[in-house]
Amino acid sequence: MAENIKKIKTAPVIHVAPSPHLSSMALTTRRMMIDVVIALIPVVLTALYVFRWYAAKQLFICIASCFAAEMIFMKMRSKAFSLNDYSATVTAIILALSLPGTAPWYVGVIASFVAIGIGKVIFGGVGMNIFNPAMVGRAFVMIAFASAMAASGYEDSASAVDAITQATPMDAFKQTGITTSLSALFWGPTNGSLGETSAFACIIGGLYLCMRRTASWEIPTGVIASVVVFAGIANLVNPQSQWTVLHHLLGGSLLFGAFFIATDPVSSPLTPKGKFIFGIGIGAFIMLLRLFSGYPEGVMFAVLLMNALTPLINRWTVPRALGEQ
Amino acid sequence: MGLTINGLKGRGSFAHGVHPPERKSFAGDQAIEILPSPQKVVIPLLQNVGAPCVPLVKPKQIVSFGEMVGKGKAFVSAPLHAPISGSVQKQAVTNLPNGRHVKAIAIKAEGEQLEGQALWDEIYGGQWPKDNLEQYSPKQITDAIYDAGIVGLGGAAFPTHVKYIPNEKKPLDTILINGCECEPYLTSDYRLMMEAPAPVITGALLAGRATGAENIIIGVEDNKPKAVEVLREAAAGTDIKIAVLKTKYPQGSEKQLITAVLKREVPLGGLPLDVGVAVSNVGTAAAVARAVLRGKPLTHRIVSVTGAGIAKPKNLLVPIGISYGELIEYCGGLKEDAARMISGGPMMGFAFADVNLPVTKGTSGLTVLTQSEIRRAKETSCVRCGRCVDVCPMNLVPTKLALASRHKNVELAKRYKIAACFECGSCAYICPAGIPLVQLIRTGKVLVNKADK
Repeated sequence: MAENIKKIKTAPVIHVAPSPHLSSMALTTRRMMIDVVIALIPVVLTALYVFRWYAAKQLFICIASCFAAEMIFMKMRSKAFSLNDYSATVTAIILALSLPGTAPWYVGVIASFVAIGIGKVIFGGVGMNIFNPAMVGRAFVMIAFASAMAASGYEDSASAVDAITQATPMDAFKQTGITTSLSALFWGPTNGSLGETSAFACIIGGLYLCMRRTASWEIPTGVIASVVVFAGIANLVNPQSQWTVLHHLLGGSLLFGAFFIATDPVSSPLTPKGKFIFGIGIGAFIMLLRLFSGYPEGVMFAVLLMNALTPLINRWTVPRALGEQ
Repeated sequence: MGLTINGLKGRGSFAHGVHPPERKSFAGDQAIEILPSPQKVVIPLLQNVGAPCVPLVKPKQIVSFGEMVGKGKAFVSAPLHAPISGSVQKQAVTNLPNGRHVKAIAIKAEGEQLEGQALWDEIYGGQWPKDNLEQYSPKQITDAIYDAGIVGLGGAAFPTHVKYIPNEKKPLDTILINGCECEPYLTSDYRLMMEAPAPVITGALLAGRATGAENIIIGVEDNKPKAVEVLREAAAGTDIKIAVLKTKYPQGSEKQLITAVLKREVPLGGLPLDVGVAVSNVGTAAAVARAVLRGKPLTHRIVSVTGAGIAKPKNLLVPIGISYGELIEYCGGLKEDAARMISGGPMMGFAFADVNLPVTKGTSGLTVLTQSEIRRAKETSCVRCGRCVDVCPMNLVPTKLALASRHKNVELAKRYKIAACFECGSCAYICPAGIPLVQLIRTGKVLVNKADK
C-alpha cells in the first residue's frame, strides 16, 4: 500500500498542449524593458553630471508620479497593479529625460499622469497605445506650460550649475545665430532637456539596444540617414550657415529621440521595411520643423506624427510571402 | 563545417527562421537498436495524407510478415502491411497523437517472428547496387513504391508514388533527398544516414530514374558532419550531390529546403512539383530502394526515443503499429520529472497522454520533455516588436494573423495570407510576450476554411 502511494506520488504528471513545445526564454517583454533601462544608464549619468540636482529632482518626480498614475489608473480599471513589466519605469525615465531640469515640479507630475493615463491606459494599457506615452505627456505640458518648457524656461541664470545659465544650443542658434562647438554637443556640457545634451551617451546606450535587438536598428538608421540627407540639402542651399549636418545630428534631442523614443516597439511599425520608412519619416519631419517652424526642435512632434502614420505604414508594408507573385 | 552546395544556385540557407537548442546529444550517438518483436500491433487504417484504407483481412485470419492487410481505393492513398506474423483480432479503433480517431487492424503475434540482426539484414543489410538501375522502368518503380505502401517518412506521410509518377505538364528536374532533420532532439534520420547510407543512395537513384530528374541532391544540415562524410563515401561514383546546409529551423521544411539548395520559390499554394522538384526524406529513399530491389513493403521504421524525460534515450527500429508505451518501457521508462510526451519533435510534434497509441508510418520520434524544458513566459500583451515577422520563414506577419484569429476576422486573416503558414511554430517560439501565435493561427485557419465552404 505504502509503495503504491509512493508510486503515485512519483509518477510523472503528463500534460498535453499544442506545439511548439519549446519557447525561447532569452527575450521576454520584461527583459526588453529592462534593456531599455540599462541602455538609459549612460544618459542618466550624464544628466546627473551636467544638471546635478535638477536632474535628480526631475527623475524622482517623474518616476514617483508615473508609478502613482499607473497604480491609480489600474485600480480604476480594476486590474491588478503591477510594475513588473517595467513599462511605467521606462516611460517615467524617458519622460524625465525629455524635460528641462528647471521645469517646476507640477510640470513633471502632470506630464506623468497624462503620459500614463491618456498616453497608455486609455487605449487599453501596454501594447495597445498608438502614441509614445512619454511624448504624449511631454506634448501636453509643452503646450500647457509653454513658458516653463520653451527655451527660456530651460535657462536659470540664478543656478549654480554652469550649463543652465546658457541658452540651449538649438535655441541660441535659432535666436542669435551662435554656434555651439561640436565637442560640446558630443560630450554634453550644454543646456537642454536632461537626456539630450550628450550625443556620446545616447550613442552608447543606443548601440547597446540595437545589439540586444531590443530596438530595431532600422529605425535609428532611417532617422539619421534622412537627417543627414535633408540637413545636407539645407547646407547646400544655404552654404554660409554655421549649423552643419553634424550640428544637426549631434545637437538637440535627435539622437536621444532616434535611439530611445522612436524605437518604442508599440508605436512603431512591424516589418523591417516599415521601420525604416518610419525612421525616414521622423527624420524628414524633424528637419522640416527645425528649418521652417518657430520651434528650435522637432523630435517630439515628428515622433507623434509618425506614430499616427504607423497603422498606415503597416498596411503599406505587408511583406511579400515566400512564393507570392 | 562550412556550407557546401556544389555550384548549386541556393545559398545553403533560407531567409528568417530560428535557432532552438539542438539537443541532439541525447540519442545522437546511440546506434540503432532492434526492438524485440511485440505481442501485438495496432495498425491504424489512416496513416497517410489522402484516403483511408479498407481492411483486406478478416478477424481470426492468419497473416504473415509483410502481407498486405489494407488498401485504399483512391489514387492518393497507401496500402498497409503486417509488420509481424500473427492472427487478426476483431476490428479495433484507436486514437492518433494528432487527435484523430480512426479504425485499425489489430494483429496478435503468432508463430515464428523475424527478429534481431536477421530483421536488420532483411531491411537495411546486404548489397545495394548503385548501377544497372536502368533495368527498372519508371512504371515498375512507382508501382513497387505504391505496392510497398510508402509515404513520406519525415512526418507529413504523403504517399510517395504520387510525387514520382511523371506529370507531362510539370516535369521534374531535381530530386531533393531531405536529411536535414531540423527538429531539435530527433536523431532517427541521422542514425539512418550513419548506419545505412547505401539504401538511401540507391533509393535516391531510383527516384531519379522514376521521375527522369537529372539532378539528385541530398540536403544535410551542417551540424551532422559525420553523416555528410558517410553519405559522400556511399555516393562515390554516382552523380548525387550532397548539399551541406546551415543549421537553422525549419531548414527541413520542403519550401525552405528548395530555396536553400536551388534558389527556387514554390508558388504560394503550390507544390514543389510546380518548380520541378520532388522532396523526399532519407528514410523514404531507403524504403524505396527496398521496395523496388527486393519487393518488400514498409513495415518498420526508425524512431528516436529521446529527451530529458526518458531514462535511456535510444534510436530504435520498430514495427509500425507498436504502442508508444512499449518504446518507453524499452528505453527504461519515464523519469520522475517527465512532463510532456510528444509524437515527433518539440517544434511541430503532437503531445499526447495515452501510451497505448500506436506508432504510425509518419512517426519520426518520441520526445519526452521535462517541466523545465516546456517552461514558457507568461502571456502578456503584444508590444508589436515585430520579432515574429523577423523569424517567419514564409515572410508572413504572425501577430496580425493571430489578431485576426482572436477577433474572428476572416477577411483580415486572408489579406495577411493565413493559408501560407505551415505552422512551423517559429513565431510562438520567439515571441517575447509569450503569445501562442501559431496556435491562434491554427484556429484562424479553421475559421477561414469554414467561411470558404
